[in-house]
Amino acid sequence: MSLLHLAIISPFLLAILVPIAYKLFRQIHTGWFVFPLPILLFSYFISYLSITSNQQSVTKSFAWIPTLGIDFTAKVDGLGLLFALLITGIGALVVLYSIYYLDKNKEKLNTFYVYLLLFMGAMLGVVLSDNLIVLYTFWEFTSFSSFLLIGYWYHREKSRYGAQKSMIITVFGGLSMLGGIILLYMMTGTFSISEIIAQSDEIFSHVLFVPALLCILLGAFTKSAQFPFHIWLPDAMEAPTPVSAYLHSATMVKAGIYLVARMSPVFAEHSLWLWLIAGFGITTLFWGSFSAVKQTDLKAILAFSTVSQLGMIMSLLGIGAAALHFETVDDSYFTVATTAAVFHLINHATFKGSLFMVAGIVDHETGTRDIRKLGGLMNFMPITFTLAIIGTFSMAGLPPFNGFLSKEMFFTGMVRVLEMDIFNLDTWGFLFPVLAWVASVFTFIYSMILVFKTFTGKFQPEQLEKKPHEAPIGMLISPIILASLVIIIGFFPNIISNTLISPAQAAIMPVEGYVYDTHIYFWHGFTPELFMTLGVITLGILLFVTLPKWRSVYNLFPEKLALNRFYDSMLEVSQRASFNLTRLYMNGFIRTYLVYIFSFFIVALAATLVLKDAFKFDTSDVATIHYAEVLLALVIAAASVSILFVKSRMTSIILLGAVGYTVSLFFVIFRAPDLALTQLVIETISVSLFLLAFYHLPKLRHEERIRFKMTNALISVGVGAIVTMIALSAHSNKMFPSIAQYYVENTYKEAAGKNMVNVILVDFRGFDTMFEITVLGIAALGIFAMIKLRLEGGKKNENK
Amino acid sequence: MKTNDIILQTATKVVLFLIVLFSIHIFFAGHYTPGGGFVGGLLTSGAIVLLLLAFDMKTVSKILPVNYIHMIAVGLLFSIGTGAGALLFNVPFLTHAFGHVDLPVLGDTSLHTATLFDLGVFLVVVGVTMTIIQTIGEDE
Repeated sequence: MSLLHLAIISPFLLAILVPIAYKLFRQIHTGWFVFPLPILLFSYFISYLSITSNQQSVTKSFAWIPTLGIDFTAKVDGLGLLFALLITGIGALVVLYSIYYLDKNKEKLNTFYVYLLLFMGAMLGVVLSDNLIVLYTFWEFTSFSSFLLIGYWYHREKSRYGAQKSMIITVFGGLSMLGGIILLYMMTGTFSISEIIAQSDEIFSHVLFVPALLCILLGAFTKSAQFPFHIWLPDAMEAPTPVSAYLHSATMVKAGIYLVARMSPVFAEHSLWLWLIAGFGITTLFWGSFSAVKQTDLKAILAFSTVSQLGMIMSLLGIGAAALHFETVDDSYFTVATTAAVFHLINHATFKGSLFMVAGIVDHETGTRDIRKLGGLMNFMPITFTLAIIGTFSMAGLPPFNGFLSKEMFFTGMVRVLEMDIFNLDTWGFLFPVLAWVASVFTFIYSMILVFKTFTGKFQPEQLEKKPHEAPIGMLISPIILASLVIIIGFFPNIISNTLISPAQAAIMPVEGYVYDTHIYFWHGFTPELFMTLGVITLGILLFVTLPKWRSVYNLFPEKLALNRFYDSMLEVSQRASFNLTRLYMNGFIRTYLVYIFSFFIVALAATLVLKDAFKFDTSDVATIHYAEVLLALVIAAASVSILFVKSRMTSIILLGAVGYTVSLFFVIFRAPDLALTQLVIETISVSLFLLAFYHLPKLRHEERIRFKMTNALISVGVGAIVTMIALSAHSNKMFPSIAQYYVENTYKEAAGKNMVNVILVDFRGFDTMFEITVLGIAALGIFAMIKLRLEGGKKNENK
Repeated sequence: MKTNDIILQTATKVVLFLIVLFSIHIFFAGHYTPGGGFVGGLLTSGAIVLLLLAFDMKTVSKILPVNYIHMIAVGLLFSIGTGAGALLFNVPFLTHAFGHVDLPVLGDTSLHTATLFDLGVFLVVVGVTMTIIQTIGEDE
């Protein structure tokens, strides 16, 4: 285990200590104990920059389950490092922000930071694992911690709903991804991503190639909230705002993008990959930005905006894959889309992170996030207002912020689709720049809504729960850092171009012997992209001003999104269906369950007897039968048959006792005093137990006999016959020599005892006895728990 | 379950001690003659059940204020502890030891760690039987 592995699992280790720190130091905000870790990790990962900026990578392996080919192989390359820096960097800022956002006296900070650390570690694991199974394990961990964090305020109905929704959708995709991983393993015989990439040419024509591609993409699309799976992300906004900023905008939702980027070298040759990713991406981009405009909740606007931006990055990755089909990549003519994807990924994390924090500040200081109630906050929160301006203008793609640069690059990538002549792109390809442009107009509009409806206009103090004022400095530090990055990257994009972007691109599209070199320019001359941006701004302003007039367009759609309704009804139907299905056989009557158990018993054992031809009846070594034994057998038979015909329960129990006592007489005759004694006492106690249980049985009407039922008769005769046959066969089939002689010889010699039965119980087969009494204890506890807990549950129901 | 059978109650008061003494005898004699922890435990529980039948639940739990669930736990500890004790002497789990010791009063006595193990069985059997009967009996 190397330092790199330790870095990945360090958040998990700290998560163990967090509850202790919370208990011991209640006066100190628990966040302060967590805060140093992401900073430490961030500086640790920075040290890898010198390696990856030469487009090299570091691999450290640690055997986990070597027999199954599952090793915890950590690999740091340009792409992984970029994500690791985002996770730890944004993570540090979010933890700092959360210290001021969450009240240490009101919130359960121990659970919050445990979940957050779980997420951080899991996310690092996802982006730094070279082994697909390890990646998958961490992947599900991120879904799981996201579920816990969305449901953090679990007393709220909507939090639970959102948590469940995100869990169902992302885990559904995760499982499909596992299927894809297994398909890849079947084709290549390895779980290692680098080895799969090395074999990508050979598996291209494999019959499982397309199914694997689809399964992996389903995982990526659900995680990255692509249309039509995006519905979980707006509901995930019930999480505390630091969580939304961290998981649901900057990091976790980008795991799908990471997966697409990571698997690009394997699948990008296939036209399906390009069409699916670019198609779903551009649809998501359009639908997200279009839906964002009609939202009234600040966080809902940001959620749909995140959906749309994720779609944009996704579509860029799809278009970028086309570059692999051209002979040369040297002029970076077609790879610009991939460059734009990586660049926008970084930019999005900076401006969207700061915007979420701004929304959190507004919520925290005014008590509402509804833009219909907000307005005129500019004078109360000048710093927050400035931050919001920087963030939204960058999101809208205005110069001089970083969003402008990546938006221009995005347009460049989309316009160049027109020049591609592969995969029928020359027929339908024109849709990409058109949809991109329309979506950008909507992006511009909701960006303006976000900042101007909140901070300008009429101030409505009567609508607000609190008197608004500027946030404390601690809450402002994190968004200020992010907003500064927005400006710094905007003015000096080339400080990250060859340190972060080119290495990441080299990982997404590895070309033998080629070193990527990225330069980002502010001014490209009067290109189509520039005119597209100008068009976006002009039309955007026009539409923003006239918004009240055309807003009714949204009323054309049903009140609730059709997709959401589909999800809800599907959930309801599946719940009802499984309830009905279960009710079919679980009707609550023990007698029914006994019928199942005994029928299964008969079928399984009879089948074995027949298939193995095991029934045998051999009387060659039977001792002579005495009159006494015949008499006892007759008594037993008479007693058990008469149980069927007696009317009262009391008589049945006494008859059952008679059977038991007669059996113990048999033991006496066969000279087994231990067994006889035990049988006698057991019989006594179980009869008294029956009498006790008597009180709880329902009264039979008129002490009537239980009606004759054919099925029950068949089953009881069947059980009796099977048991008899097995007993006879067990005696007749001598498969092994008896070990009785061993005990006779060794009981005194080895164990110094004369009672063989007891010595076997406590010494020779002591292990069996030990587990048997353990089982007895568990059974007693089970009975105790069932009866006592049922009582309490019943009381609760009465209170309702 | 309130009974007022004077004959049963009087007889129980005598018979109870006989059964308990007999069960203790059977428990200790188990290594050489019929008996052992399992039967011994059952006999003791039988005695307590007799007490329950003659008197009632409340009276019995006043006379014998025992938490039978704890008794199961103690019994399991005895059995597993005896087994684990062997590990201290670097022999496999559940290896028993025995020997003859000259005790005051009793004289030459054969002592066996299997008895400790069996004591665990005894306690678990009493605990389990009484837990079940008590829980079902108390549930009105």
